[in-house]
Amino acid sequence: MSKTVRVAGGQGFWGDWPDAPRRQVDGGPVDYLMLDYLAEVTMSILQKQKERDPAMGYARDFVGAMEGVLPAVAERGVKVIANAGGVNPEACAAAVQSMAKAAGRPDALRIGIVTGDNLLPRIDELLAAGHELRNMDTGEPLSVVRDRVIAANAYIGSTPIVEALAKGANVVITGRSTDTALTMAPLRHEFGWGATDWNKLAAGIIAGHIIECGAQCSGGNCLHDWRNIPNLADVGYPIVEGSADGTFVVTKHPGTGGRVSVPTVSEQLVYEMGDPHAYITPDVVADFTSIRLEDAGPDRVRVFGITGAPATDKLKVSIAYKSGYKAVGSLVYAWPDALEKAELADRVLRERLDRMGLKFEKVLSEFVGASATHGRLAGDAGRSAPEVQYRVGVRDADRKKVERFTREIVPLVLNGPPSVTGFAGGRPKVEEIVAYWPALVDKTVVQTQVEIR
Amino acid sequence: MRVRLMDIAHARSGDKGDTANVGVIALKPAWYPVLNTHLTRDRVAAHFAGIIEGGVDRFELPNLNALNFLLHGALDGGGTLSLKTDAQGKVYSTALLRMELDVPDEEARVAGLPAAP
Repeated sequence: MSKTVRVAGGQGFWGDWPDAPRRQVDGGPVDYLMLDYLAEVTMSILQKQKERDPAMGYARDFVGAMEGVLPAVAERGVKVIANAGGVNPEACAAAVQSMAKAAGRPDALRIGIVTGDNLLPRIDELLAAGHELRNMDTGEPLSVVRDRVIAANAYIGSTPIVEALAKGANVVITGRSTDTALTMAPLRHEFGWGATDWNKLAAGIIAGHIIECGAQCSGGNCLHDWRNIPNLADVGYPIVEGSADGTFVVTKHPGTGGRVSVPTVSEQLVYEMGDPHAYITPDVVADFTSIRLEDAGPDRVRVFGITGAPATDKLKVSIAYKSGYKAVGSLVYAWPDALEKAELADRVLRERLDRMGLKFEKVLSEFVGASATHGRLAGDAGRSAPEVQYRVGVRDADRKKVERFTREIVPLVLNGPPSVTGFAGGRPKVEEIVAYWPALVDKTVVQTQVEIR
Repeated sequence: MRVRLMDIAHARSGDKGDTANVGVIALKPAWYPVLNTHLTRDRVAAHFAGIIEGGVDRFELPNLNALNFLLHGALDGGGTLSLKTDAQGKVYSTALLRMELDVPDEEARVAGLPAAP
Protein backbone atom coordinates (compact mmCIF):
# COMPACT_ATOMS: atom_id res chain seq x y z
CA MET A 1 0.00 0.00 0.00
CA SER A 2 1.36 3.40 -0.89
CA LYS A 3 2.33 5.77 1.87
CA THR A 4 -0.17 8.22 3.30
CA VAL A 5 0.86 11.23 5.39
CA ARG A 6 -1.74 12.68 7.73
CA VAL A 7 -1.54 16.40 8.47
CA ALA A 8 -4.09 17.65 11.01
CA GLY A 9 -5.18 21.29 11.25
CA GLY A 10 -5.51 22.29 14.88
CA GLN A 11 -5.77 26.07 14.94
CA GLY A 12 -7.15 28.47 12.33
CA PHE A 13 -6.10 31.73 13.95
CA TRP A 14 -4.79 33.03 17.27
CA GLY A 15 -7.84 32.71 19.48
CA ASP A 16 -9.23 29.53 17.92
CA TRP A 17 -10.60 26.66 20.05
CA PRO A 18 -8.07 25.79 22.79
CA ASP A 19 -9.12 22.12 22.83
CA ALA A 20 -8.64 21.56 19.11
CA PRO A 21 -4.89 20.68 19.03
CA ARG A 22 -5.17 18.02 21.70
CA ARG A 23 -8.33 16.60 20.15
CA GLN A 24 -6.54 16.30 16.83
CA VAL A 25 -3.70 14.17 18.23
CA ASP A 26 -5.88 12.10 20.59
CA GLY A 27 -8.78 11.41 18.21
CA GLY A 28 -6.94 9.04 15.87
CA PRO A 29 -3.70 8.59 13.94
CA VAL A 30 -1.99 11.76 12.66
CA ASP A 31 1.61 12.32 11.60
CA TYR A 32 1.75 16.11 11.75
CA LEU A 33 -0.17 18.75 13.64
CA MET A 34 -0.33 22.10 11.85
CA LEU A 35 -1.18 25.22 13.86
CA ASP A 36 -1.78 28.58 12.17
CA TYR A 37 -1.69 31.58 14.51
CA LEU A 38 -1.02 34.58 12.31
CA ALA A 39 -3.47 36.94 10.66
CA GLU A 40 -2.47 40.11 8.81
CA VAL A 41 -2.48 42.34 11.88
CA THR A 42 -1.16 39.80 14.38
CA MET A 43 2.50 40.59 13.71
CA SER A 44 2.05 44.22 14.75
CA ILE A 45 0.38 43.21 18.02
CA LEU A 46 3.26 40.84 18.71
CA GLN A 47 5.80 43.52 17.82
CA LYS A 48 4.25 45.87 20.38
CA GLN A 49 4.40 43.13 23.03
CA LYS A 50 8.06 42.48 22.25
CA GLU A 51 8.87 46.18 22.63
CA ARG A 52 7.38 46.12 26.12
CA ASP A 53 9.07 42.82 27.05
CA PRO A 54 11.91 41.33 24.95
CA ALA A 55 10.87 37.82 26.04
CA MET A 56 7.45 38.25 24.38
CA GLY A 57 6.32 38.69 20.78
CA TYR A 58 5.02 35.19 20.02
CA ALA A 59 1.61 33.48 20.24
CA ARG A 60 1.54 32.43 23.87
CA ASP A 61 -1.45 30.12 23.33
CA PHE A 62 0.99 27.84 21.54
CA VAL A 63 2.73 26.91 24.81
CA GLY A 64 -0.59 25.66 26.22
CA ALA A 65 -1.31 23.81 22.99
CA MET A 66 2.11 22.13 23.15
CA GLU A 67 1.48 21.08 26.73
CA GLY A 68 -1.71 19.35 25.61
CA VAL A 69 -0.01 17.46 22.78
CA LEU A 70 3.32 16.78 24.52
CA PRO A 71 2.55 13.09 25.27
CA ALA A 72 1.64 12.47 21.62
CA VAL A 73 4.83 14.18 20.44
CA ALA A 74 7.03 12.38 22.98
CA GLU A 75 5.51 8.89 22.76
CA ARG A 76 3.86 8.56 19.37
CA GLY A 77 6.15 10.67 17.22
CA VAL A 78 3.60 13.27 16.16
CA LYS A 79 5.38 16.34 14.79
CA VAL A 80 4.15 19.90 15.20
CA ILE A 81 4.53 22.78 12.76
CA ALA A 82 3.37 26.25 13.80
CA ASN A 83 3.90 29.88 12.82
CA ALA A 84 3.49 30.72 16.51
CA GLY A 85 6.94 32.34 16.65
CA GLY A 86 5.56 35.69 15.55
CA VAL A 87 8.35 38.27 15.82
CA ASN A 88 10.27 36.22 18.40
CA PRO A 89 10.56 32.52 17.43
CA GLU A 90 13.58 32.04 19.74
CA ALA A 91 11.63 33.15 22.81
CA CYS A 92 8.71 30.98 21.73
CA ALA A 93 11.02 27.95 21.51
CA ALA A 94 12.50 28.73 24.92
CA ALA A 95 9.04 28.94 26.49
CA VAL A 96 8.06 25.59 24.95
CA GLN A 97 11.29 23.97 26.19
CA SER A 98 10.65 25.29 29.73
CA MET A 99 7.16 23.86 29.60
CA ALA A 100 8.50 20.43 28.54
CA LYS A 101 11.08 20.53 31.32
CA ALA A 102 8.45 21.43 33.91
CA ALA A 103 6.28 18.58 32.58
CA GLY A 104 9.13 16.14 33.26
CA ARG A 105 10.08 15.60 29.62
CA PRO A 106 13.18 17.77 29.16
CA ASP A 107 14.48 15.69 26.24
CA ALA A 108 11.26 15.14 24.35
CA LEU A 109 11.52 18.05 21.96
CA ARG A 110 13.89 18.86 19.14
CA ILE A 111 12.75 22.29 18.09
CA GLY A 112 13.52 23.73 14.69
CA ILE A 113 13.47 27.53 14.70
CA VAL A 114 12.95 29.32 11.40
CA THR A 115 13.99 32.98 11.25
CA GLY A 116 14.87 35.55 8.62
CA ASP A 117 11.37 36.82 7.81
CA ASN A 118 11.67 39.88 10.06
CA LEU A 119 12.62 42.86 7.86
CA LEU A 120 11.94 45.61 10.42
CA PRO A 121 15.62 46.14 11.32
CA ARG A 122 16.49 46.25 7.60
CA ILE A 123 13.87 48.66 6.24
CA ASP A 124 16.14 51.66 5.82
CA GLU A 125 18.82 49.48 4.24
CA LEU A 126 16.22 48.10 1.79
CA LEU A 127 14.82 51.55 0.93
CA ALA A 128 18.35 52.88 0.44
CA ALA A 129 19.10 49.99 -1.91
CA GLY A 130 16.14 50.99 -4.09
CA HIS A 131 13.48 48.58 -2.83
CA GLU A 132 10.52 50.93 -2.65
CA LEU A 133 8.14 48.48 -0.96
CA ARG A 134 5.20 50.09 -2.75
CA ASN A 135 1.74 49.38 -1.39
CA MET A 136 0.27 46.63 -3.60
CA ASP A 137 -3.19 48.21 -3.39
CA THR A 138 -2.45 51.92 -3.73
CA GLY A 139 0.95 51.98 -5.45
CA GLU A 140 2.40 54.45 -2.91
CA PRO A 141 6.05 53.99 -1.89
CA LEU A 142 6.69 53.01 1.73
CA SER A 143 8.63 56.23 2.30
CA VAL A 144 5.23 57.97 2.72
CA VAL A 145 4.65 56.16 6.03
CA ARG A 146 8.20 55.08 6.90
CA ASP A 147 8.31 56.89 10.27
CA ARG A 148 5.14 55.12 11.39
CA VAL A 149 6.14 51.54 10.52
CA ILE A 150 6.13 49.18 13.49
CA ALA A 151 6.47 45.73 11.90
CA ALA A 152 7.63 44.32 8.57
CA ASN A 153 7.78 40.62 7.78
CA ALA A 154 8.28 38.71 4.56
CA TYR A 155 5.93 35.81 3.97
CA ILE A 156 8.26 32.83 3.71
CA GLY A 157 7.56 29.47 2.13
CA SER A 158 8.07 25.78 2.78
CA THR A 159 11.83 25.45 2.19
CA PRO A 160 13.14 26.31 5.68
CA ILE A 161 10.45 24.16 7.31
CA VAL A 162 11.46 21.21 5.12
CA GLU A 163 15.07 21.87 6.12
CA ALA A 164 14.15 21.81 9.82
CA LEU A 165 12.28 18.51 9.40
CA ALA A 166 15.22 17.03 7.47
CA LYS A 167 17.48 17.97 10.39
CA GLY A 168 15.28 15.93 12.71
CA ALA A 169 13.08 18.57 14.32
CA ASN A 170 9.85 17.25 15.84
CA VAL A 171 8.56 20.77 16.46
CA VAL A 172 9.05 23.54 13.92
CA ILE A 173 8.39 27.13 14.99
CA THR A 174 8.37 29.86 12.37
CA GLY A 175 7.66 33.56 12.21
CA ARG A 176 5.69 34.89 9.24
CA SER A 177 5.43 31.65 7.26
CA THR A 178 2.53 31.51 4.87
CA ASP A 179 -0.36 29.62 6.40
CA THR A 180 -0.36 27.18 3.51
CA ALA A 181 3.36 26.29 3.78
CA LEU A 182 2.74 24.81 7.22
CA THR A 183 0.78 22.00 5.56
CA MET A 184 2.69 21.74 2.30
CA ALA A 185 6.13 21.49 3.96
CA PRO A 186 5.57 18.14 5.74
CA LEU A 187 4.10 16.64 2.55
CA ARG A 188 7.06 17.90 0.55
CA HIS A 189 9.46 16.55 3.18
CA GLU A 190 7.84 13.11 3.42
CA PHE A 191 7.43 12.60 -0.32
CA GLY A 192 10.66 14.24 -1.40
CA TRP A 193 8.97 16.69 -3.77
CA GLY A 194 11.47 18.94 -5.52
CA ALA A 195 11.44 22.71 -5.56
CA THR A 196 10.14 22.63 -9.16
CA ASP A 197 7.50 19.88 -8.83
CA TRP A 198 4.96 22.62 -9.47
CA ASN A 199 1.82 20.49 -9.62
CA LYS A 200 2.62 18.64 -6.39
CA LEU A 201 3.66 21.80 -4.58
CA ALA A 202 0.42 23.45 -5.73
CA ALA A 203 -1.53 20.46 -4.41
CA GLY A 204 0.20 20.82 -1.05
CA ILE A 205 -0.61 24.53 -0.98
CA ILE A 206 -4.27 23.88 -1.74
CA ALA A 207 -4.37 21.19 0.96
CA GLY A 208 -3.05 23.91 3.24
CA HIS A 209 -5.63 26.45 2.10
CA ILE A 210 -8.40 23.94 2.87
CA ILE A 211 -7.30 23.23 6.46
CA GLU A 212 -5.66 26.54 7.44
CA CYS A 213 -8.92 27.93 8.84
CA GLY A 214 -9.54 24.96 11.11
CA ALA A 215 -13.15 23.78 11.23
CA GLN A 216 -14.21 26.22 8.53
CA CYS A 217 -13.84 23.33 6.03
CA SER A 218 -15.43 20.68 8.26
CA GLY A 219 -18.81 22.18 9.01
CA GLY A 220 -17.99 25.40 10.85
CA ASN A 221 -19.35 28.63 9.39
CA CYS A 222 -20.88 26.53 6.63
CA LEU A 223 -23.95 28.03 4.96
CA HIS A 224 -24.79 24.93 2.94
CA ASP A 225 -27.42 22.88 4.81
CA TRP A 226 -26.32 24.51 8.07
CA ARG A 227 -29.31 23.34 10.11
CA ASN A 228 -28.44 19.70 9.53
CA ILE A 229 -24.69 19.76 10.16
CA PRO A 230 -24.39 17.31 13.06
CA ASN A 231 -23.05 17.99 16.50
CA LEU A 232 -21.15 21.25 16.05
CA ALA A 233 -20.46 21.25 19.80
CA ASP A 234 -18.06 18.39 19.15
CA VAL A 235 -16.86 19.56 15.74
CA GLY A 236 -13.98 17.64 14.22
CA TYR A 237 -11.10 19.71 12.88
CA PRO A 238 -9.80 18.75 9.44
CA ILE A 239 -7.14 16.23 8.45
CA VAL A 240 -5.38 15.96 5.08
CA GLU A 241 -4.34 12.45 4.04
CA GLY A 242 -1.68 13.19 1.46
CA SER A 243 -0.24 10.87 -1.19
CA ALA A 244 3.06 11.07 -3.05
CA ASP A 245 1.37 11.92 -6.36
CA GLY A 246 -0.12 15.12 -4.91
CA THR A 247 -3.66 13.85 -4.53
CA PHE A 248 -5.17 13.94 -1.07
CA VAL A 249 -8.28 13.25 0.97
CA VAL A 250 -9.80 15.77 3.40
CA THR A 251 -11.42 14.11 6.39
CA LYS A 252 -11.79 14.32 10.19
CA HIS A 253 -11.61 11.89 13.08
CA PRO A 254 -14.42 9.31 13.40
CA GLY A 255 -17.10 10.13 15.92
CA THR A 256 -16.53 13.89 15.86
CA GLY A 257 -19.19 16.40 14.88
CA GLY A 258 -19.37 18.63 11.84
CA ARG A 259 -19.16 17.44 8.25
CA VAL A 260 -16.61 17.06 5.48
CA SER A 261 -18.36 17.08 2.11
CA VAL A 262 -17.91 18.56 -1.35
CA PRO A 263 -20.01 21.60 -0.34
CA THR A 264 -18.15 22.22 2.96
CA VAL A 265 -14.77 21.98 1.22
CA SER A 266 -15.97 24.10 -1.72
CA GLU A 267 -17.01 26.92 0.62
CA GLN A 268 -13.55 26.95 2.18
CA LEU A 269 -11.84 26.86 -1.22
CA VAL A 270 -13.53 30.09 -2.30
CA TYR A 271 -12.86 31.81 1.04
CA GLU A 272 -10.60 34.87 0.66
CA MET A 273 -10.02 33.95 -2.97
CA GLY A 274 -8.62 36.46 -5.46
CA ASP A 275 -7.86 35.49 -9.05
CA PRO A 276 -8.37 31.70 -8.93
CA HIS A 277 -5.97 31.11 -11.81
CA ALA A 278 -3.06 32.56 -9.86
CA TYR A 279 -2.93 31.88 -6.13
CA ILE A 280 0.58 33.22 -5.58
CA THR A 281 2.76 31.77 -2.83
CA PRO A 282 6.53 31.85 -2.26
CA ASP A 283 6.73 28.20 -3.42
CA VAL A 284 4.42 28.02 -6.44
CA VAL A 285 1.53 29.72 -8.22
CA ALA A 286 -1.44 27.41 -7.70
CA ASP A 287 -4.38 27.21 -10.11
CA PHE A 288 -7.69 26.87 -8.25
CA THR A 289 -9.52 26.26 -11.53
CA SER A 290 -7.73 22.90 -11.77
CA ILE A 291 -9.05 21.49 -8.49
CA ARG A 292 -11.29 18.44 -8.72
CA LEU A 293 -13.39 17.33 -5.73
CA GLU A 294 -15.01 13.93 -5.34
CA ASP A 295 -17.14 12.44 -2.61
CA ALA A 296 -15.08 9.52 -1.21
CA GLY A 297 -17.41 8.24 1.50
CA PRO A 298 -18.79 9.68 4.72
CA ASP A 299 -16.81 12.77 5.76
CA ARG A 300 -14.22 12.11 3.08
CA VAL A 301 -13.52 14.29 0.03
CA ARG A 302 -10.87 13.33 -2.51
CA VAL A 303 -8.99 16.23 -4.11
CA PHE A 304 -7.06 15.72 -7.34
CA GLY A 305 -6.12 17.22 -10.71
CA ILE A 306 -4.29 20.22 -9.25
CA THR A 307 -1.78 22.10 -11.36
CA GLY A 308 0.69 24.84 -10.52
CA ALA A 309 3.00 27.23 -12.30
CA PRO A 310 6.54 28.35 -11.41
CA ALA A 311 6.89 30.64 -8.42
CA THR A 312 7.58 34.32 -8.99
CA ASP A 313 10.85 36.02 -8.02
CA LYS A 314 9.13 38.11 -5.32
CA LEU A 315 7.98 37.63 -1.76
CA LYS A 316 5.03 39.41 -0.26
CA VAL A 317 5.86 41.59 2.73
CA SER A 318 3.39 42.33 5.48
CA ILE A 319 4.07 45.80 6.89
CA ALA A 320 2.19 47.33 9.82
CA TYR A 321 2.12 51.08 10.41
CA LYS A 322 0.34 53.46 12.77
CA SER A 323 -2.55 55.16 11.05
CA GLY A 324 -4.50 57.37 13.44
CA TYR A 325 -7.24 56.59 15.92
CA LYS A 326 -10.79 55.30 16.05
CA ALA A 327 -13.60 54.77 18.50
CA VAL A 328 -16.93 53.01 18.13
CA GLY A 329 -19.83 53.26 20.59
CA SER A 330 -23.39 52.01 20.70
CA LEU A 331 -26.80 52.38 22.32
CA VAL A 332 -29.88 50.17 22.07
CA TYR A 333 -33.35 51.57 21.25
CA ALA A 334 -36.48 49.53 22.00
CA TRP A 335 -39.95 49.14 20.48
CA PRO A 336 -42.03 50.98 19.50
CA ASP A 337 -40.37 52.71 16.51
CA ALA A 338 -36.92 51.55 17.59
CA LEU A 339 -35.27 52.35 14.27
CA GLU A 340 -36.83 55.81 14.04
CA LYS A 341 -35.56 56.65 17.53
CA ALA A 342 -32.07 55.39 16.68
CA GLU A 343 -32.06 57.51 13.50
CA LEU A 344 -33.07 60.58 15.49
CA ALA A 345 -30.27 59.88 17.98
CA ASP A 346 -27.85 59.79 15.03
CA ARG A 347 -29.05 63.18 13.75
CA VAL A 348 -28.76 64.71 17.22
CA LEU A 349 -25.25 63.38 17.74
CA ARG A 350 -24.05 64.58 14.35
CA GLU A 351 -25.53 68.02 14.91
CA ARG A 352 -23.69 68.29 18.22
CA LEU A 353 -20.41 67.26 16.59
CA ASP A 354 -20.99 69.85 13.85
CA ARG A 355 -21.69 72.62 16.36
CA MET A 356 -18.42 71.86 18.11
CA GLY A 357 -16.72 72.15 14.75
CA LEU A 358 -15.50 68.56 14.99
CA LYS A 359 -14.73 67.15 11.56
CA PHE A 360 -13.44 63.60 11.21
CA GLU A 361 -11.83 61.65 8.38
CA LYS A 362 -14.81 59.34 8.70
CA VAL A 363 -18.02 59.08 10.71
CA LEU A 364 -19.96 55.84 10.20
CA SER A 365 -23.43 55.19 11.60
CA GLU A 366 -24.99 51.74 11.55
CA PHE A 367 -28.35 50.41 12.73
CA VAL A 368 -27.82 46.87 13.92
CA GLY A 369 -31.03 44.89 13.55
CA ALA A 370 -32.10 46.92 10.54
CA SER A 371 -29.35 47.50 8.00
CA ALA A 372 -25.84 47.26 9.50
CA THR A 373 -24.63 44.30 7.46
CA HIS A 374 -26.71 44.41 4.26
CA GLY A 375 -27.48 48.10 3.90
CA ARG A 376 -30.42 49.00 1.66
CA LEU A 377 -30.59 45.36 0.48
CA ALA A 378 -32.20 44.56 3.84
CA GLY A 379 -35.32 46.45 2.83
CA ASP A 380 -37.88 47.76 5.33
CA ALA A 381 -37.95 44.87 7.79
CA GLY A 382 -35.98 46.98 10.30
CA ARG A 383 -38.90 49.46 10.57
CA SER A 384 -40.73 46.94 12.75
CA ALA A 385 -37.71 45.57 14.61
CA PRO A 386 -38.33 45.02 18.35
CA GLU A 387 -35.02 46.74 19.09
CA VAL A 388 -32.23 48.38 17.13
CA GLN A 389 -28.64 48.99 18.15
CA TYR A 390 -27.35 52.41 17.09
CA ARG A 391 -23.65 51.95 16.43
CA VAL A 392 -21.50 54.94 15.57
CA GLY A 393 -17.79 55.24 15.00
CA VAL A 394 -15.24 57.88 14.00
CA ARG A 395 -11.73 57.71 12.61
CA ASP A 396 -9.15 60.51 12.59
CA ALA A 397 -5.44 61.28 12.83
CA ASP A 398 -6.10 63.53 15.87
CA ARG A 399 -6.51 61.53 19.06
CA LYS A 400 -8.05 64.48 20.93
CA LYS A 401 -10.94 64.75 18.50
CA VAL A 402 -11.68 61.05 18.72
CA GLU A 403 -11.49 61.31 22.52
CA ARG A 404 -14.01 64.19 22.47
CA PHE A 405 -16.39 62.13 20.34
CA THR A 406 -16.44 59.31 22.91
CA ARG A 407 -17.99 61.72 25.45
CA GLU A 408 -20.98 62.48 23.24
CA ILE A 409 -22.66 59.05 23.17
CA VAL A 410 -23.74 58.21 26.71
CA PRO A 411 -25.34 61.65 27.34
CA LEU A 412 -27.93 60.71 24.72
CA VAL A 413 -29.40 58.31 27.27
CA LEU A 414 -30.81 61.29 29.21
CA ASN A 415 -30.88 64.05 26.63
CA GLY A 416 -31.86 62.21 23.40
CA PRO A 417 -34.74 60.08 22.13
CA PRO A 418 -36.54 57.69 24.55
CA SER A 419 -36.60 53.91 25.15
CA VAL A 420 -32.83 53.69 25.21
CA THR A 421 -30.60 51.25 27.08
CA GLY A 422 -27.47 49.18 26.60
CA PHE A 423 -25.00 51.83 27.73
CA ALA A 424 -23.45 49.86 30.60
CA GLY A 425 -20.03 49.89 28.95
CA GLY A 426 -19.88 53.68 29.34
CA ARG A 427 -17.65 55.70 27.05
CA PRO A 428 -16.05 53.75 24.23
CA LYS A 429 -12.27 53.36 24.24
CA VAL A 430 -10.05 55.22 21.80
CA GLU A 431 -8.02 52.72 19.80
CA GLU A 432 -4.83 53.40 17.93
CA ILE A 433 -5.12 52.02 14.41
CA VAL A 434 -2.34 49.80 13.15
CA ALA A 435 -2.93 49.47 9.43
CA TYR A 436 -1.67 46.91 6.95
CA TRP A 437 0.65 47.73 4.08
CA PRO A 438 1.14 44.82 1.64
CA ALA A 439 4.25 45.06 -0.54
CA LEU A 440 6.56 42.92 -2.65
CA VAL A 441 10.29 42.45 -2.31
CA ASP A 442 12.86 40.53 -4.38
CA LYS A 443 13.29 36.99 -3.10
CA THR A 444 17.06 37.40 -3.07
CA VAL A 445 16.75 39.95 -0.27
CA VAL A 446 15.40 37.47 2.26
CA GLN A 447 17.62 34.71 3.66
CA THR A 448 16.01 32.34 6.11
CA GLN A 449 17.90 30.52 8.85
CA VAL A 450 17.13 27.23 10.55
CA GLU A 451 18.41 26.40 13.98
CA ILE A 452 17.75 23.16 15.85
CA ARG A 453 17.53 23.42 19.60
CA MET B 1 -39.22 32.90 -14.24
CA ARG B 2 -38.14 34.69 -11.08
CA VAL B 3 -35.49 32.68 -9.20
CA ARG B 4 -34.00 33.50 -5.81
CA LEU B 5 -30.23 33.12 -5.81
CA MET B 6 -30.42 31.71 -2.27
CA ASP B 7 -32.51 28.80 -3.61
CA ILE B 8 -29.95 27.74 -6.20
CA ALA B 9 -26.58 28.61 -4.65
CA HIS B 10 -24.59 28.80 -1.44
CA ALA B 11 -21.76 31.23 -0.77
CA ARG B 12 -18.88 32.27 1.46
CA SER B 13 -17.16 35.63 1.66
CA GLY B 14 -13.94 37.00 3.10
CA ASP B 15 -11.57 39.93 2.84
CA LYS B 16 -8.27 41.03 1.39
CA GLY B 17 -7.53 44.59 2.42
CA ASP B 18 -10.43 46.82 1.37
CA THR B 19 -11.77 44.18 -1.03
CA ALA B 20 -14.39 41.59 -0.13
CA ASN B 21 -14.62 38.38 -2.11
CA VAL B 22 -17.81 36.38 -2.51
CA GLY B 23 -17.60 32.83 -3.82
CA VAL B 24 -20.99 31.65 -5.10
CA ILE B 25 -21.43 27.90 -5.55
CA ALA B 26 -24.32 26.26 -7.42
CA LEU B 27 -26.32 23.88 -5.23
CA LYS B 28 -26.50 21.45 -8.19
CA PRO B 29 -24.01 21.08 -11.05
CA ALA B 30 -26.88 21.56 -13.52
CA TRP B 31 -27.49 25.03 -12.07
CA TYR B 32 -23.95 26.30 -12.63
CA PRO B 33 -24.63 27.25 -16.29
CA VAL B 34 -27.61 29.30 -15.08
CA LEU B 35 -25.37 31.16 -12.65
CA ASN B 36 -22.72 31.61 -15.28
CA THR B 37 -25.21 33.09 -17.76
CA HIS B 38 -27.20 35.34 -15.46
CA LEU B 39 -24.92 36.26 -12.58
CA THR B 40 -22.89 38.74 -14.58
CA ARG B 41 -20.38 41.28 -13.37
CA ASP B 42 -22.77 44.14 -14.25
CA ARG B 43 -25.65 42.48 -12.41
CA VAL B 44 -23.52 42.13 -9.25
CA ALA B 45 -22.16 45.69 -9.58
CA ALA B 46 -25.75 47.02 -9.81
CA HIS B 47 -26.78 44.92 -6.79
CA PHE B 48 -24.06 46.51 -4.65
CA ALA B 49 -24.29 50.03 -6.11
CA GLY B 50 -24.09 52.56 -3.28
CA ILE B 51 -22.90 49.85 -0.89
CA ILE B 52 -19.39 49.38 -2.24
CA GLU B 53 -17.17 52.20 -3.46
CA GLY B 54 -15.12 50.41 -6.14
CA GLY B 55 -15.67 48.08 -9.06
CA VAL B 56 -16.38 44.37 -9.33
CA ASP B 57 -14.22 41.58 -10.79
CA ARG B 58 -15.65 38.21 -11.77
CA PHE B 59 -13.93 34.84 -12.17
CA GLU B 60 -15.32 31.49 -13.28
CA LEU B 61 -14.54 28.17 -11.58
CA PRO B 62 -16.54 25.59 -13.55
CA ASN B 63 -14.57 22.85 -11.76
CA LEU B 64 -16.22 23.86 -8.48
CA ASN B 65 -19.52 24.99 -10.08
CA ALA B 66 -18.61 28.37 -8.64
CA LEU B 67 -18.10 32.02 -9.50
CA ASN B 68 -15.83 34.32 -7.53
CA PHE B 69 -16.55 38.03 -7.23
CA LEU B 70 -14.18 40.67 -5.92
CA LEU B 71 -15.99 43.70 -4.49
CA HIS B 72 -13.52 46.57 -4.28
CA GLY B 73 -13.86 49.38 -1.76
CA ALA B 74 -16.30 47.26 0.22
CA LEU B 75 -14.90 47.44 3.74
CA ASP B 76 -14.36 51.11 4.71
CA GLY B 77 -10.62 50.69 4.28
CA GLY B 78 -10.58 47.12 5.53
CA GLY B 79 -8.96 45.35 8.45
CA THR B 80 -8.18 47.56 11.43
CA LEU B 81 -9.08 50.84 9.68
CA SER B 82 -12.70 49.88 9.16
CA LEU B 83 -15.50 51.18 11.36
CA LYS B 84 -17.98 48.67 9.96
CA THR B 85 -19.59 45.82 11.90
CA ASP B 86 -18.65 43.57 8.98
CA ALA B 87 -15.08 44.85 8.67
CA GLN B 88 -13.91 41.48 7.29
CA GLY B 89 -16.69 41.11 4.72
CA LYS B 90 -17.94 37.90 6.30
CA VAL B 91 -21.59 38.43 5.40
CA TYR B 92 -21.37 39.90 1.92
CA SER B 93 -22.06 36.27 1.00
CA THR B 94 -25.69 36.36 2.07
CA ALA B 95 -26.06 39.97 0.89
CA LEU B 96 -25.36 38.69 -2.63
CA LEU B 97 -27.72 35.74 -2.15
CA ARG B 98 -30.58 38.23 -1.64
CA MET B 99 -30.52 38.75 -5.40
CA GLU B 100 -33.28 37.42 -7.65
CA LEU B 101 -32.60 36.39 -11.23
CA ASP B 102 -34.94 36.55 -14.23
CA VAL B 103 -34.40 33.27 -16.06
CA PRO B 104 -36.27 32.52 -19.31
CA ASP B 105 -39.02 29.97 -18.59
CA GLU B 106 -37.69 27.30 -20.91
CA GLU B 107 -34.16 27.54 -19.51
CA ALA B 108 -35.53 27.40 -15.96
CA ARG B 109 -37.69 24.36 -16.77
CA VAL B 110 -34.84 22.41 -18.39
CA ALA B 111 -32.52 23.15 -15.45
CA GLY B 112 -35.27 22.31 -12.94
CA LEU B 113 -34.95 25.63 -11.11
CA PRO B 114 -37.19 26.33 -8.11
CA ALA B 115 -39.41 29.38 -8.65
CA ALA B 116 -39.33 32.21 -6.14
CA PRO B 117 -42.33 31.97 -3.79
